[in-house]
Amino acid sequence: MQLAVDNLACRRAGRRVFDGLSFRLGPGEALAVTGRNGAGKSTLLGAIAGLVGRHAGEVSASGIGDRTLAESLHLVGHRDGLKGSLTAEENLAFAAALLGSQALAPADALARTGLPGAAQLPVAYLSAGQRRRVALARLLVAHRPLWLLDEPLTALDTAGQSLLAGIMAEHLAGGGLILAATHAPLPIEGAGELRLGA
Amino acid sequence: MLTRLANPATFMRVSGYALPPLATAAALLAAYGLYLAFLASPADYQQGETVRIMYIHVPAAWLSLFFYSIMTVSALGTLVWRHPLADVSQRAAAPIGAAFTLVCLVTGSLWGKPMWGTYWVWDARLTSVLVLFLMYCGILTLWRALDDPGRAARAVAILTLVGAVNVPIVKFSVEWWSTLHQGASVFRIGGPLIDPAMLRPLFCMALAFTCFGLALHLAGMRTEILRRRVRTLTLLQAERLERAAA
Amino acid sequence: MGTFLALVRRDLALAARVGGAGGLSLVFFLMVVTLIPFGLGPDLNLLSRIGPAILWIAGVLATLIGLDRLFQADEEDGSLDLMRLSPAPFEVVVLAKATAHWIATGLPLALFAPLFGLLVALEPAALARTALSLLVGTPALTFAGAIGAALAASIRRGGLVIAILVVPLMVPPLIFGVAAADPANPGSGQALSILAALTLAMGAVGCLGAAAALRGGE
Repeated sequence: MQLAVDNLACRRAGRRVFDGLSFRLGPGEALAVTGRNGAGKSTLLGAIAGLVGRHAGEVSASGIGDRTLAESLHLVGHRDGLKGSLTAEENLAFAAALLGSQALAPADALARTGLPGAAQLPVAYLSAGQRRRVALARLLVAHRPLWLLDEPLTALDTAGQSLLAGIMAEHLAGGGLILAATHAPLPIEGAGELRLGA
Repeated sequence: MLTRLANPATFMRVSGYALPPLATAAALLAAYGLYLAFLASPADYQQGETVRIMYIHVPAAWLSLFFYSIMTVSALGTLVWRHPLADVSQRAAAPIGAAFTLVCLVTGSLWGKPMWGTYWVWDARLTSVLVLFLMYCGILTLWRALDDPGRAARAVAILTLVGAVNVPIVKFSVEWWSTLHQGASVFRIGGPLIDPAMLRPLFCMALAFTCFGLALHLAGMRTEILRRRVRTLTLLQAERLERAAA
Repeated sequence: MGTFLALVRRDLALAARVGGAGGLSLVFFLMVVTLIPFGLGPDLNLLSRIGPAILWIAGVLATLIGLDRLFQADEEDGSLDLMRLSPAPFEVVVLAKATAHWIATGLPLALFAPLFGLLVALEPAALARTALSLLVGTPALTFAGAIGAALAASIRRGGLVIAILVVPLMVPPLIFGVAAADPANPGSGQALSILAALTLAMGAVGCLGAAAALRGGE
């Protein structure tokens, strides 16, 4: 798929977040969105996902058939959408049923993110880093071309970060797109950078 | 006309011209109407002097529904046509409608004391106005509870439309309910039986109330537009400060 | 359909697990039914006459207390964002969540009404009719509540706000519910039909209204 953002402007409760933002993202490309706190990194991801209102401008996608943009993307944010009283597997199975176009089975996805034995544990018992891995495993249980990742590296140890790097490289190699809001440099070769609030 | 008025600046100018004549008309009509109501109309042969409460009560009841209609149209304006003035109009209409509904309830209950011997009777008409008042309270509560103006406008518009569906259902339910429980002594207002000597002050007062309500609505909208300008200017100033600090 | 069932199953599991609200409204229902005779006095004739009304008002209150977390919990932890990215229409999401909420709160009320009705000296015929009217009418309460819960999803401590928004919508189901529960009332059959109609109408209005309030990007 191809993502095109033209002259996008966002407001939060009337306050200007950013104006006139334009960029393109094609298959196999990754873009790191950087900028200080409050520069609008999360807002940008939300606006592309259609969760945050767009004040002006256009977000369009091509090459996704008859699906909408919202149905072609994953969003993993700091609100991880996991329920503490459900097991990791139940959380992922629910996400897969909700998002459609199923890919890996929950247990396999957890194995890929380095939590092979955690499928039957309630998420409330997991550490912050382990929760993060469960949330990232959602990327693998349903196939969607565009990944919107909000600070994907936080709470992950070095082993987790290199696992994630491998997963992202594989997604890009398969023609996927990644847009990640991040403080730390992305562990992806050739990733572009979009600086907000400069 | 409406598209021209869509621009808040144009609206401010036009409403600035319209407001004084409207307010004057309301005052004159009210003066004449009150004269007719208190001095130049007869007392009712059954109700005596208390019938004069009707000259306030009925116009207030009319305006309570009139303003809910304004809010419903404004809600459609917000959700369907995304008219920039629609939620200004709705925001201004809500407290005015609630106030007239309260006036209607209070005068109805004052009239009930001599007529029914008690301040409140669960009469179908009065009860549905009470539920209408509760709905106004809900809308005002929601306005206060949501601080993001855009989100508040949308939420209140949805609630208003749901309420608009609910009003006739409540009316029907309450009428069904009151015939079930007791044959309450319902005094029928309107209908062809009312004496013309009473109809004229009633009509005059209804017109006065309508002009007064519309004048309040315009003034409320103007205040709301100014309030939003202040808000925008404050935000701009905060932004400028931030840029100066950076 | 798959999405609908997955949502219902998940919400029911959440209600049943630790920290869930399953059973809570039933206990609250029992509390209100117990409380009213303390206020009125133990006159069994009076209680049996107003018994259906007591059960219905307790039902309205029990529905109200569980509503504030219906959408708010999912809004806070980001689950609602996940649902917004689903290909299923958002009305289906609302319908599924309301259904699960009703199964966890409204349905137990209807099932236990015959038992609690004994506390207010209801005759067997009245017990059956009250349970039936609650079974038919509590979905209307839940759908009305869903609108309020959706509108107040982003308000912290929105429980009171929801109650204020929702009570006017619950007046018609209450009127026809109590009328349908009284076997001595000649219009109770008609009231039951109207109650069923209200449930269907409230279902449509509730799903559309709540979905419009929660759909993102505005």
